[in-house]
Amino acid sequence: MSFLRHHKKIETNATLLLVLCLVVVSIGGIVEIAPLFYIESTIEKVKGMRPYSPLELAGRNVYIREGCHLCHSQMIRPLRDEVERYGHYSLAVESIYDHPFQWGSKRTGPDLARVGARYSDEWHVDHLTNPRSVVPVSIMPKYRFLLENKLDSADIKAVLVANRRVGVPYTDEMIENAASDFEVQVDPDGDWEDMTARYPKAQVRNFDGQDDLTEMDALIAYLQMLGTLVDFSTFTPDASR
Amino acid sequence: MEIFKLVVLAFITIFAAMAANFGHDWPYTIHALIVMVVAFFVFIRELQHVGVPKSIETGYQDDVVKAGVIATSFWGVVGLLVGVVIAFQLVFPALNLDYSFTTFGRLRPLHTSAVIFAFGGNALIATSFYIVQRTSAARLWGGNLCWFVFWGYQLFIVLAATGYLMGVTQSKEYAEPEWYVDIWLTVVWLSYLAVFLGTIIKRKEPHIYVANWFFLSFIVTVAMLHVVNNLSLPVSLFGSKSVQLFAGVQDALTQWWYGHNAVGFFLTSGFLGMMYYFVPKQANRPVFSYKLSIIHFWALTFLYIWAGPHHLLYTALPDWAQTLGMVFSIMLWMPSWGGMINGLMTLNGAWDKLRTDPILKMMVLSLAFYGMSTFEGPVMAIKVVNSLSHYTDWTIGHVHSGALGWNGMITFAALYYLTPRLWGRDKLYSLSMVNWHFWLATIGIVLYAASLWVSGIMEGLMWREVDAQGFLVNSFADTITAKMPLYILRGIGGILYLVGAIIMCVNLWLTATGAVSRKPNAADAVPAE
Repeated sequence: MSFLRHHKKIETNATLLLVLCLVVVSIGGIVEIAPLFYIESTIEKVKGMRPYSPLELAGRNVYIREGCHLCHSQMIRPLRDEVERYGHYSLAVESIYDHPFQWGSKRTGPDLARVGARYSDEWHVDHLTNPRSVVPVSIMPKYRFLLENKLDSADIKAVLVANRRVGVPYTDEMIENAASDFEVQVDPDGDWEDMTARYPKAQVRNFDGQDDLTEMDALIAYLQMLGTLVDFSTFTPDASR
Repeated sequence: MEIFKLVVLAFITIFAAMAANFGHDWPYTIHALIVMVVAFFVFIRELQHVGVPKSIETGYQDDVVKAGVIATSFWGVVGLLVGVVIAFQLVFPALNLDYSFTTFGRLRPLHTSAVIFAFGGNALIATSFYIVQRTSAARLWGGNLCWFVFWGYQLFIVLAATGYLMGVTQSKEYAEPEWYVDIWLTVVWLSYLAVFLGTIIKRKEPHIYVANWFFLSFIVTVAMLHVVNNLSLPVSLFGSKSVQLFAGVQDALTQWWYGHNAVGFFLTSGFLGMMYYFVPKQANRPVFSYKLSIIHFWALTFLYIWAGPHHLLYTALPDWAQTLGMVFSIMLWMPSWGGMINGLMTLNGAWDKLRTDPILKMMVLSLAFYGMSTFEGPVMAIKVVNSLSHYTDWTIGHVHSGALGWNGMITFAALYYLTPRLWGRDKLYSLSMVNWHFWLATIGIVLYAASLWVSGIMEGLMWREVDAQGFLVNSFADTITAKMPLYILRGIGGILYLVGAIIMCVNLWLTATGAVSRKPNAADAVPAE
């Protein structure tokens, strides 16, 4: 243990101590995080993923704002019971456009990674306004206020632009039509073909059944698309991953 | 210099007023108004002091430590109270009150931030300021910069907390505040680093004391983690919303690299710094082993940072990263116990004091919980165990045995140590109240941890249970019903812990306000060792 004598140099020099601390704590992060950006197998190659439609993105922002991820994960692990209960295990590519990710860390409620198209819109409205009306033992808060909070398309373009700046491949056309795409997704009588061409599999409905476009519409549009995009026939697991 | 300050403050006031006017969302407007009022208030104060000659201050700067003791006690009770409320929201959903502000999803970050950053953070800032002065035999560097750190940090807490209630969050756990609050915290934190490092540099002691190594590594690492994990692009300069720079799997690992090391450096290294001063002081014994402190300091600092991926086992994170995270988490057990052993063995020759000194008793209990939770952590980081424990209440129980047991108890002990000394009293108002606090807190933690062990393991087993035909036996709702009695027990544990903390506040208040005799001269503030 004679090398410990040399520790005197470090513990009598504040700058040296500071620099050494910084070096020592940097290593782990660099080795673990940096390769995720360039090792190709990190993100699986599958068909079907696309950026969120403007309405879905607005719904996702409601989801983030209300802290849904604190009780609901969006990450199905490759374990027998989870696949049985929630569906195919989650792929990294499925959150490729998630700034930030919403994998969660706790299941006070069930996983939502593939909740899309599992329940009707009416069920979601009932459940969000009063969870106990459809699941008697539920301990989820009521989110009735989502029905009252109206949404307009004023800010959505800026949100798309910000997402594009951090790497989400929104095209000029998508940015240009952000506001109209946002509104037409709740209007089945509207001219929505261009929107669904830009965002394949986007669902067009009056999600909350009310005349106004509300946060409830946006949130349900988001929930109803979760896990519906990836075409699993194009997915081959990579053993080396 | 004074003119420069005034100009900056005036500029901030005007800019905040403009921002409030142009705000895209009302929470942003409210935050801008808060900043405007604060900046204006400070501007007026500075203006009143223009031209007043500053008295040269000598001796230790203990007023800021006093303020820190008060802030720690206050935020501690607030954080614990919110914790009790959300614990019962999970039993009685009516307690969500059907307002957006009071739903579990908004109160939960309020609870975690209040206890970690407001209670823990204030405790760390106050004790580190106290300790670095004593162990360096020097007044805090930077004059009033330490007051900027203190008040700047409180402003950060207020902006973060009010933001959570209004739904301003970037959703990354323990890093929820939005971009402008993050920038503000960075400024405050770098000032904290400057004060702390400046004081060490001007020390009169040849060696830097071991507690200060831990404080320094905590401050530096938290700065690094905070900046990297909060890299984001605001949607607008006049709106609260931002988008994270990274997405999906990279964002996930960055977050848990941050999240795990918020535990590792904020709640471990920093608090070990506290331990390395207050335990030897209270026991009146030297630190057990100098060599052990060197080895476990560097091992802990190096290894902790690798353990983040254990929060993402079996997820879409590549296997190699998961394996690294698991292996390093298990290795981390050793340096963690190095700290515990060094602390406990410091009591060699002083164990008899446990019979008469409830403060020392708290310190020993906190070290015991530190040891237990740093053993439980590596166990839970093993993939097989994690496949059961992840997503369940077991994790919550684990966190609380560390937070309530280790962080809470060592902080309470430090507050009991500091208050009579800072306010110049002979002793605490009541030692039997400390004893009550000790037992209420201990029973509270045991109830809390035990109930969530049972509930976590039970729900993990229920989720995976299949019948002979291979079908799932339990619906998700079945687990909720089964957990209810345990959730009630957990809430009761929380109440006991909260009551203990309130008793402490009363005791500290009576001590500080002079229910016991004042010391003839504040002898404690003179020598430095």
